[in-house]
Amino acid sequence: MEMALHIRREIEHLKKDILSVGTVVEESLFKAVKSLETRDAALAREVIDSDEVIDHMEVELEEECLKALALHQPVAIDLRLIITIMKINNDLERVGDLSVNIAERALFLSQNGKAKDLLNFSQMAEKTRKMLGKSLDALVNENTALAYEVIQADSEVDRMNREIFLQVHEMIKADPGNVESLIHLLSVSRHMERVADHATNIAEDVIYMIEGEIVRHKAENFRSPDEQL
Amino acid sequence: MVEYPGKKDLIAAEGFSVFYGSNEAVKKVTLEIPEGLVTSIIGPSGCGKSTFLRAVNRMNDLIPRCRTEGALRLDGQDLNAQGVDVVMLRKSVGMVFQKPNPFPKSIFDNIAFGPRIHGVRDRSKLAVIVEKSLTQAALWDEVKDRLGDNALGLSGGQQQRLCIARAIAVKPSVLLMDEPASALDPASTSRIEDLIAELRGKYTILIVTHNMQQAARVSDLTAFFYEGNLIEFGETGGIFTKPREKRTEDYITGRFG
Repeated sequence: MEMALHIRREIEHLKKDILSVGTVVEESLFKAVKSLETRDAALAREVIDSDEVIDHMEVELEEECLKALALHQPVAIDLRLIITIMKINNDLERVGDLSVNIAERALFLSQNGKAKDLLNFSQMAEKTRKMLGKSLDALVNENTALAYEVIQADSEVDRMNREIFLQVHEMIKADPGNVESLIHLLSVSRHMERVADHATNIAEDVIYMIEGEIVRHKAENFRSPDEQL
Repeated sequence: MVEYPGKKDLIAAEGFSVFYGSNEAVKKVTLEIPEGLVTSIIGPSGCGKSTFLRAVNRMNDLIPRCRTEGALRLDGQDLNAQGVDVVMLRKSVGMVFQKPNPFPKSIFDNIAFGPRIHGVRDRSKLAVIVEKSLTQAALWDEVKDRLGDNALGLSGGQQQRLCIARAIAVKPSVLLMDEPASALDPASTSRIEDLIAELRGKYTILIVTHNMQQAARVSDLTAFFYEGNLIEFGETGGIFTKPREKRTEDYITGRFG
């Protein structure tokens, strides 16, 4: 005896849509990182141009969510799910913007041979992309264990960001001539760290959706005090 | 159980059951309803919610072969104990039904009916009660110039507010409402809901509704009944965002019922 088929259908639809946004954003981040690593200006431009698509998807999905709230007035798990989708939608759009930021740095660095190989981001980029992917898997599979893994991984990325800060600091002191490139590279590190933060937000929202418990801010407990910048 | 600091429990059920013949319609329900708040009872048809509501002013007495077990207390007094004066009970526990049921009399006489039964004869005293009750029921301004008109000439929504005014004219402590807005249009429904918010604090209100959004809007506490059992009872905000019981969640999200 299945009632409320309308809202079931609507929710399946929203779930599919948020995954589409997630896929496009993941790809954008992947390309941005690749354009940075390979100093590929064309690929960087591709990322910058595709942001419009993400923005459009975000607005469309938000409107769908608002419509579902207004028309079906969902409660309990249905309410938590739609609210979670709205919040994740927001985080993903920001990750899209950060990918554009990374691509813009890649574009600059591609025109500046000097900066090549100054810093290695591959580890940090890999870690960050994994966090984002895992947070989306946690959403799809309604898996809180995965979500908690993402939250815990965030401190590792924070640590990498601080390391790069210190490295850049030393390099500027050693060779002030590179300061412009190094500032761009420092920004990249900062952007990646922000991506990891959004992945963490997504993981926290997934936990809220499943358990009805807001774990945001409690997540601070996962980090040891010496990890705070 | 729900704790409301500073609120005493006015209605208390303890292992309370209601039987229709051999059918146990309400099964050993234990719950405490605090004074001055709005409590809604939700659940699918046949879950025992209306039976429970009617037990509070012993309306079930009218049904043959209906009997109760356990205790249902109002302000500490067992309602089913021997010697309980049902007329006095219904004075302190007013009831409003699904369909407005004004008497085929004038607006004034509808409201004055209860006070008259309870011995108020003085016309000016009755006039004060009528005005006060109609004002509290948010109907006074609409009818003050035609108190002598037949109440049946009012709109459905006005008739329902008249019935609420009639119920509060005898100064009850509890107001029972059985689907009070289900026969009304959206505008009249929202006036009834506004009225419930106005009456909150002055009366302990118990409302049975099929409209879950209405329960969510008007009540402080929500009880979910299923197959005669009380499944969950708690603050309305909690029930509608994060119910503790799977059956509550399935019901309020429309997965069954």
